[in-house]
Amino acid sequence: MTSKARFSAWGLFRRGLTRSPWPRVWDHHDLAGSYDVVIVGGGVHGLATAYYLASNHGITNVAVLEKSYIGSGGSGRNTAIVRSNYLTTEGSRFYDRSVKLYENLAADLNFNVMFEQRGHMTLAHSDSSLRTMRWRAEVNKLEGIDSSVIDPDEIKALAPFIDTSDHPRYPILGALWHPPGGIVRHDAVVWGYARAAAALGVHIHQETELTGIDVDSGKVTAALTSRGEISTPTIINCTAGWASLISDMAGVRLPITTRPLQAAVTEPVKQFLHPVVVSGSLHTYVSQTARGELVFGASVDPFASYSTRGSLEFATGLATHVLELMPSISNMRLLRQWAGLCDMTPDFGPIIGPTPVHGFYVDVGWGTYGFKAGPVAGESVADMIANGRPGALIEPFGLGRFEAGTLTAEKGAAAVGH
Amino acid sequence: MLVIICPHCGPRNSNEFSYQGEIVPRPSPDTDPATWRRYLYMRENVSGWQTERWFHVSGCRRFLDVERHTVTNEIGVVTQVGRRR
Repeated sequence: MTSKARFSAWGLFRRGLTRSPWPRVWDHHDLAGSYDVVIVGGGVHGLATAYYLASNHGITNVAVLEKSYIGSGGSGRNTAIVRSNYLTTEGSRFYDRSVKLYENLAADLNFNVMFEQRGHMTLAHSDSSLRTMRWRAEVNKLEGIDSSVIDPDEIKALAPFIDTSDHPRYPILGALWHPPGGIVRHDAVVWGYARAAAALGVHIHQETELTGIDVDSGKVTAALTSRGEISTPTIINCTAGWASLISDMAGVRLPITTRPLQAAVTEPVKQFLHPVVVSGSLHTYVSQTARGELVFGASVDPFASYSTRGSLEFATGLATHVLELMPSISNMRLLRQWAGLCDMTPDFGPIIGPTPVHGFYVDVGWGTYGFKAGPVAGESVADMIANGRPGALIEPFGLGRFEAGTLTAEKGAAAVGH
Repeated sequence: MLVIICPHCGPRNSNEFSYQGEIVPRPSPDTDPATWRRYLYMRENVSGWQTERWFHVSGCRRFLDVERHTVTNEIGVVTQVGRRR
């Protein structure tokens, strides 16, 4: 069974007629004794890095280690929103590149990632947040990103079920409207990258846990795993919520605290909500999937934890806030809720780059917005490994900024309710 | 929802408290800026038992040292800051 068969409409039709089984999407490999690059974490960041190392730089002797199954962490638990309307120049530039990569991802990977640019709307319920929206719109426009402030009538036209009247406790005054934003099928992004990377020769090792990192005179020499030892000069930490635990193995300290972020999904209904709607004041964001379910997200839990259990407190709080936004959906039923782990940094910016240990790189600190950065982070990290230094897009996000005191200022637009 | 047994008020829901995070030893005031910034930003981010600070903001308004397992969220011994258990 080959993993290199191309997917096409004709292939789908042919298999429908012949009922022949689909081939395995990627092959199982034994753990090799050495790799040029070992990537820890089989989520969208790890797999995208592996794919771009192989496709853009021809580095194919690469292993991706995943302690569970691929996409089992944050990549399968986020609310699948993609956007680039950030507050800072470096943030906007970075995520704009990510949106552009997402636009061509299905063709690039030969895998339908179901990216729908439905538009992304961030509501303002106060004068001060409206002011921040205008600020963000101007920063975005300077970077060539489609982003503007709209009034309640325009909001009503785009999303008729939103209560734009003056009845709520905090009426909607306007919104930041970002047409290129949208939603994507997050599992498909993970599988697409895994399939494309595997086809180029990358080894994906699921159920393989990193247990230690050997460092000799300041240099990485080996990765110790639950399936054996790998000798390697380069290890990349792409483990999001577990980032501190992996970095500890190399003796690198990170300014990260792990917090759960809960999300929930309703039963599927007929399409009625086209754009992604975000309200920072109400600590919620909502979008409707292609299947018709409403997907809700919120702010991170009020205390640090590695637990991925949901709480009733979250479900009741979420319902209160969502009904303030859309009173007409009060009879809809919540089907499921879950939590993912967010690696929060003090300035809400990611940490990408080398560390004091030679050969140990980090791509962590993604907090609540890691999924939307997956493609650009993968491309930038691959570029950094191949060229030996971070490129211009990721230079502001180095680990050294915390000791140097040159923090980024992305809190205002990174997510809701921090 | 966690239940924290406040030594002053008894068992209370965690939403009465404000979470202050892991306890980081404060360096001497005349230290260099890099050490200060390490104190401000760097965290152990323990997976397992840790002692952390909570503030009983909607109760007795005392600061508490709470032992909590960060994976299971089980709560251990709770003591008021500055007092022996």
